[in-house]
Amino acid sequence: MRGLIEEDYTTQEGEFVINIGPQHPSTHGVLHLKVWLNGETIIKVQPHLGYIHRSIEKMSESLSYRNFIFATSRMDYLAAHINNEACALAVEKGLQIEAPPRARVVRTILAELTRLSSHQLWWASTGLDLGAVTPFFYAFREREAILDIMDETCGARLTQNFLVPGGLMADIHPNFQKRTKEVLKQIKENFKEYDELLTENVIFQNRTKNVGILNKQDALSFGVTGPTARASGLSCDIRKWAPYSAYSMVEFDEILDEGCDSYSRYMVRMKEMRQSVNIIEQLIDNIPEGDFQEKTKNVIKLPKGDFYQRVETPRGELGVYIVSDGASSPYRIKYRSPNFSNLSVLPELAKGCKIGDLVAIMSTIDLVIPDIDR
Amino acid sequence: MTNEELKTHLLSLIPQATFVETGEFLEIFIHSENILPLMKNLKDDEKTQFDYLFCLTCIDRISSFEVVYHLLSKNYKHILVVKSTISNIENPQTETVSHIWKTAEFHEREVYDLFGVKFINHPDLRRIFLEDDWKGFPLRKNYSDPNMIEL
Repeated sequence: MRGLIEEDYTTQEGEFVINIGPQHPSTHGVLHLKVWLNGETIIKVQPHLGYIHRSIEKMSESLSYRNFIFATSRMDYLAAHINNEACALAVEKGLQIEAPPRARVVRTILAELTRLSSHQLWWASTGLDLGAVTPFFYAFREREAILDIMDETCGARLTQNFLVPGGLMADIHPNFQKRTKEVLKQIKENFKEYDELLTENVIFQNRTKNVGILNKQDALSFGVTGPTARASGLSCDIRKWAPYSAYSMVEFDEILDEGCDSYSRYMVRMKEMRQSVNIIEQLIDNIPEGDFQEKTKNVIKLPKGDFYQRVETPRGELGVYIVSDGASSPYRIKYRSPNFSNLSVLPELAKGCKIGDLVAIMSTIDLVIPDIDR
Repeated sequence: MTNEELKTHLLSLIPQATFVETGEFLEIFIHSENILPLMKNLKDDEKTQFDYLFCLTCIDRISSFEVVYHLLSKNYKHILVVKSTISNIENPQTETVSHIWKTAEFHEREVYDLFGVKFINHPDLRRIFLEDDWKGFPLRKNYSDPNMIEL
């Protein structure tokens, strides 16, 4: 690290350099930002990564096709189920099998519950970053209820590890449908409180409106995806572009906004939560009966070739790229993580902003650091 | 464009290219020396408009390195996988595409960090995850960590 700190410290008159992180509450993890400042205005930002690099890609090369799925829960730990889903789907693509209808629907419901809980944590921490402490308690009230459902059905709250190639590991808990419906009812009522607390808050609006403008061309060129890109009017929802699991069975809107600023990114996520509730409501009473798992061999071997699966996580497009040489573990595996690309646009966004705005920009991009470093 | 049309179009650009069509996407294999003109053309040509590079990675094939580009056109919704082979394994290098798609800047740094493939004309080619004084390139197949304990 010494090399990083000492290089190009040539600053102009009146400029200085500060380091935000790696241990800083506003970076939500171990991200290190080197910031060149003139007064309070940001001239340049340089992210330094790798503080939580665990080489999950290298590890996966020595794990079997059943086991590598669970390593990905530790990437984007707020959307562990969706990471698992991407891997399971990629392996299924290689095996040329499809999960039974029951498994596909349950996967979709769990994925949308994950999206809800992830967006709630984002909403809580955005409020916290911008000086509002109360939202944290409101968001965690519903989030806990969702995590309890996960606990009951999957056996774990955050790292669910509920999927195997071919379907689900076990059938859903008998209480699953009843409790999900109760939680949805509660969440729908509480959206009003969310809006009153933060969305309509004047201080919050002043902190986020016209801050961190990301135009559509930059979003596309930097490979930005998810709500961050959709707030710049860039259509990129994989659930619509390349439907997987049960998304072709449900009706929902892809939320787009033309505002391009931090407030639009906030609004897109708020509206997406309502869409997630909408998707779950369409599916929860229509879970098909039947098997929850397709039969697979004890040792899974994929045929020689490349398999690529894209899914929509709460933060954008996750790609799992498996290169197989016919053995029982992947020859090479690549996770195209949404946060890695979303972070690459941060220096562009922050240029010319005030240092206080950097916090607003970072929290509305919604970075999860373990997903960047992998 | 359909895969067939894409293939005819690409053959008119690079006659010596080979294709694989068995997978989900159309794959084109080229030599790394031809990468830059092809990529510029794919992005700027009205007929292809590959404006979104959604994945860039590398595969160690022992006797060569393969840099893999996944391209998508938002307008036409077609997908193409470009695989560029680098046969010099002693000193692997290829032209950067970071001025065509800015997302390539970070992804190429990652490939440099973990595979040791140098990208010529890259604006800021440093290690991205590992420390600057790290020895070797971990995702290469012949990498061995002196501190690793075999179980």
